[in-house]
Amino acid sequence: MPFVISAGWFRAALLAAMLAMPAVALAVQPDEIMKDPAQEARARNLSRELRCMVCQNQSIDDSDAPLARDLRLLVRERIGAGDSDGQVINFLVARYGEFVLLKPRFELHTLLLWGVPPAVLVLGALALWVNARRRRAPASSVPEIAPLSAEEQRRLRRLISDDGRGK
Amino acid sequence: MMPEAGHYALVLALVLALVQAVVPIIGARRRDPALMNVAASTASAQFMFALISFGALTASHMVSDFSVANVFENSHSLKPMLYKITGVWGNHEGSMMLWVFILALFGALVAVFGGNLPATLRANVLAAQAWIAAAFYLFILTTSNPFLRIANPPVEGRDLNPVLQDIGLALHPPLLYLGYVGFSISFSFAVAALIEGRIDAAWARWVRPWTLVAWIFLTLGIAMGSYWAYYELGWGGWWFWDPVENASLMPWLSGTALLHSALVMEKRNALKIWTILLAILTFSLSLLGTFLVRSGVLTSVHAFATDPARGVFILAILIFFIGGGFALYAWRAGSLKQGGLFAPVSREGALVLNNLLLTTACATVFVGTLYPLALEALAADKISVGAPFFNLTFGPLFVPLLIAVPFGPLLAWKRGDLLGASQRLIAAGLLALAGVALVMAWSWGGPALAPFGVGLAIFVIVGAVSDLVERCGLIRKPALALKRARGLPASTWGTAFAHAGLGLTLLGIVCETTWSDERIATMRAGDQTMVGGYSVRLDGFAQRHGPNYREVTAQFAVARNGAAIGVMEPSKRNFVTRGSATTEAALMTRGFSQLYISLGDLSADGTIAVRLYHKPLVLLIWLGTVVMVFGGGLSLMDRRLRVGAPRPARSAKALQPAE
Repeated sequence: MPFVISAGWFRAALLAAMLAMPAVALAVQPDEIMKDPAQEARARNLSRELRCMVCQNQSIDDSDAPLARDLRLLVRERIGAGDSDGQVINFLVARYGEFVLLKPRFELHTLLLWGVPPAVLVLGALALWVNARRRRAPASSVPEIAPLSAEEQRRLRRLISDDGRGK
Repeated sequence: MMPEAGHYALVLALVLALVQAVVPIIGARRRDPALMNVAASTASAQFMFALISFGALTASHMVSDFSVANVFENSHSLKPMLYKITGVWGNHEGSMMLWVFILALFGALVAVFGGNLPATLRANVLAAQAWIAAAFYLFILTTSNPFLRIANPPVEGRDLNPVLQDIGLALHPPLLYLGYVGFSISFSFAVAALIEGRIDAAWARWVRPWTLVAWIFLTLGIAMGSYWAYYELGWGGWWFWDPVENASLMPWLSGTALLHSALVMEKRNALKIWTILLAILTFSLSLLGTFLVRSGVLTSVHAFATDPARGVFILAILIFFIGGGFALYAWRAGSLKQGGLFAPVSREGALVLNNLLLTTACATVFVGTLYPLALEALAADKISVGAPFFNLTFGPLFVPLLIAVPFGPLLAWKRGDLLGASQRLIAAGLLALAGVALVMAWSWGGPALAPFGVGLAIFVIVGAVSDLVERCGLIRKPALALKRARGLPASTWGTAFAHAGLGLTLLGIVCETTWSDERIATMRAGDQTMVGGYSVRLDGFAQRHGPNYREVTAQFAVARNGAAIGVMEPSKRNFVTRGSATTEAALMTRGFSQLYISLGDLSADGTIAVRLYHKPLVLLIWLGTVVMVFGGGLSLMDRRLRVGAPRPARSAKALQPAE
């Protein structure tokens, strides 16, 4: 049964009810937002590249975990202190390791990760090219056809005899 | 009694699957019709018992029989009936039951509609299907039995995870599984073809409708899941590059490639070996998805190692079927003859390009999803791979693919005319350029790539339409156009719709990611804020009681240019039993755009944190997939492809009784 709150005394009860709820916080909280919109935009962009380490593959921008909030505040603190984007990233990697980056750096241990997509594309294209060249060569172009089995011969005769009308 | 009956039915289904896995293959070897026909009856009987088993579990949930551990852990007597039923597959054991139930359903469908298949092919297909079914029945019976009883039944259940108490759970998993499992048919057909050592255009004609059905369901399932996440998780994201999502995207990508390569095989008798490989690959990726989601390996490699029974079993299934499939492929593929020559610029060539790009995209998702797991397991090195990685690698692969999409249907088989196709796409190209210029002028100084994204989307959509216009001669002979349009094969319309849907989805994605407006604010009753040109005023709060939760809602009055247009009521729900809460975002649809409000914390001074979004054209993302699916459905309607029969229409008439 819905009812709109108007009486002031009821607000206290409502407040109590809401505060009693387990916190389902929003990701970015209003009190985190930086005063300078340009700096805030930078912070948001950086947040999307950083992982909340206790979450399942969520960026700190999306996550409502307390750790994500701490990291968001840290990012803003560094930006406020005049760090460049690269410096903020380096600072966080030095502190938490590469695990914090959602886009791993191109290094020896991520060679395969970054290398597979272009390799598949190039090797696939190469295979197609070689295949097309080989197939353009003459001879062997007439496909061999397997002879029909007795059962198939019967089925064929049946199909031909009744003009493809099934039964 | 009922759970025991369900359990017993599951055992019987296993036994039937084992019979079906062996007898028909022997029959096909000996060309013995009696032995081969065992497959059809066992497939139907197996489905009956899977149905009974699944029905028994569902009934236990519906009557809240808390003596069954699975019901106790995932249900509550106060839960609404819809969620009592959907809660059946809202947990590990139940979702595996749904998996095998759908698998048995597909097997029975092949048995029923496969009457026109050559007897040996049908026997082998159903046998291969039974191998998969047997493996999963065994998995459920040995590691994930949903029918276990509790010695001292509790009075009340633990309730279902509140996030899952949503209509989304009723639709998303069944659709997704119909897709995943549907690809098992393509797999079984591929295995049967390899066993027989023979494959021809007719094979592709039989496989394509089944692949199309699976693709349709998978597309819907993914889209539904995406929309569910969008409105349920409370911050307006619709795709997260989460491993669970990637697990469903991989079979979609290779399944889409399979649809297109099977087309070449059916029409031109080419790409046979590749099509077989894709069929094996697609179902392998479905199995991989099941493994990733069901084994717990994603939460952490260590969690997997500490409770390995289930994970190891699925891994064994994975290795057996993927390894077996590829071994069979390596052994027998050489015996398949290639046919059908074609020039690089041709319909075939375009479809090969489609396959190359889709396969590469699939490999990208694959490596991005599994590399961190492998690195952690093998080198104890932890890295993260998330959205920024995929945006950088996956995006560039789709650009050439989308540019190529309108060209494909305009090129002729065997040898195409690229210049001619380009000429026919001039209208699409010009409109796209106009779109780019317009958007650029409108959003001057904004994101540099977005106008091109819009242009590409316009090119794909108009390109699909111009193919239709061309085929029915709307410009050359307008008088005859309607007649010719009606005469076009349904699959031509299907292609156009599917491709146009792709363009719509792209348009939605570009607009939403670029011009979404977000406002994060602390508000108290009476406060007003602006988002995306709408003014939103917080009027007050109200409290409500749901069947198994309490909720606090906030009323927002929305106005545009001073005129009130409605009220939005986001809420926070507190679920009593689990003591957990969910945020229910409020959505207001304006055309294809949406306003989105979700609530954060209420603080002691009576203010509340609020997130407001205006998401322009966001609905096109899902509308586009619906259009794609509609196109797929049209293709399925095509008489030449209809599941069951390429049977002449007049014979059906002849069979009707006189009235």
